[in-house]
Amino acid sequence: MNGREFSAGLKAGTSIAIGYFPIALTFGLLAKTTGLSLLEATAMSIFVFAGAAQYIALSLITAGVAPIVIVLNTFVVNIRHFLMTASLNEKMVPDARWKKALYAFGITDETFSVLATQKDHKLTTTFAAGVIIIAYGSWVVFTSIGHLIGANLPQFLQAAMSVALYAMFIGLLVPSMRGNRKVVSLALIAGVINSLFYFTEWLSTGWAIMVSTLASAVFIEWISRKGGRKS
Amino acid sequence: MSSWYWWMILGMAMVTYIPRAIPLTFLEGRELPEAVQSVLRNIPYAVLGALIFPAVFFIQENIWFGVVGAAAAFVIAIAGANVMIVVLGSIAVLAIFSGFF
Repeated sequence: MNGREFSAGLKAGTSIAIGYFPIALTFGLLAKTTGLSLLEATAMSIFVFAGAAQYIALSLITAGVAPIVIVLNTFVVNIRHFLMTASLNEKMVPDARWKKALYAFGITDETFSVLATQKDHKLTTTFAAGVIIIAYGSWVVFTSIGHLIGANLPQFLQAAMSVALYAMFIGLLVPSMRGNRKVVSLALIAGVINSLFYFTEWLSTGWAIMVSTLASAVFIEWISRKGGRKS
Repeated sequence: MSSWYWWMILGMAMVTYIPRAIPLTFLEGRELPEAVQSVLRNIPYAVLGALIFPAVFFIQENIWFGVVGAAAAFVIAIAGANVMIVVLGSIAVLAIFSGFF
C-alpha cells in the first residue's frame, strides 16, 4: 500500500463524493417514501452501488413490478459497464486477479470517468482504491442520512446541486479536449447519437449510452486509420 | 418489507457486479488486437459525451437550468480550473441563477 498514491486517489475522488451527495440524499429520501426501512435503503446502496439502477428500482417497486423484472432491468441498465471496465483494463497496471475483482465492484460511470481521464499513463490499484473508497463512502453515508433526515434540502440548493455530476463530467472532459480534435469529435458524436436515441426513444438509457459510445469510438478509430493511411 | 426484498438486492448486486468484474479479471494479462485497443482507448471520451448529452439539459423541468449549468461548467473548465472548482462553481452559479426564477 503506497500512502501517497492512496491519498492522491482520495483527492481525485472528492469531486465524485460531492456529486454523489445530493443524489444519494435524494435516494435515501425517496426510498423512505417508497416504504423501505433505513436498513433496506442503505443495504441497496451498500450492495448495489449503482445510481440510475437504484432509482429505477424504487419506481418499479412503487409500481408493484415483480422483483425478477427489477433485477433484469438492473442488468440492462448496467450492461454498459462491460464497455467501461474493458476500456479501464488498458489503463490499469496489471495486478493480482482478486484485487482487480475487488475494485471492479467500485466502477461506476463516475469513478470510471475520473480514472480513465487521469494523465498518468498507467494507474495503480492503490490509486483506484482511493477514488472508489471516497465515492462509495459518500454514496452509502448520504443514502442513510437522506433516509434519516427525511426532509429536503432547501429547494433552490437541491435544484442547483442537480448539476454536480454533469459539471464533473464536463470538468473531466474539457482539459482533454484542448487542442485535441479527436477527443472533441469522440464526445460530440457520442452526444449527438445519444440525443437521437433520447428523443426518438428507440433505446432505453442504458443501451443508448452503450451503443452511442461504441459507435462513436469505432467510427473515429476508422476515420483516423483511413486518414493515417492517406497521409 | 419482506424477504423478497433481500433476494432482489442480491440479484441486483450480482447483475451489477458481473459487467464490472468480467472485463477487468478476464482480460488480465491478455493482449488484445491493436484495433480493439485503440477503440477501447477512445471509449472514455465517447462515454463522457454520451453521459453529458442530452441529460445535462434535463436536470430540472426548466431547461435553462441545464443550459446555464452546463455553460458555467464549460466556461470554468476552459479557464483551467480543476474539477472540484468546476463542480462547486457551477452549483454556485445555479444557486444564484435560481434566485431569478
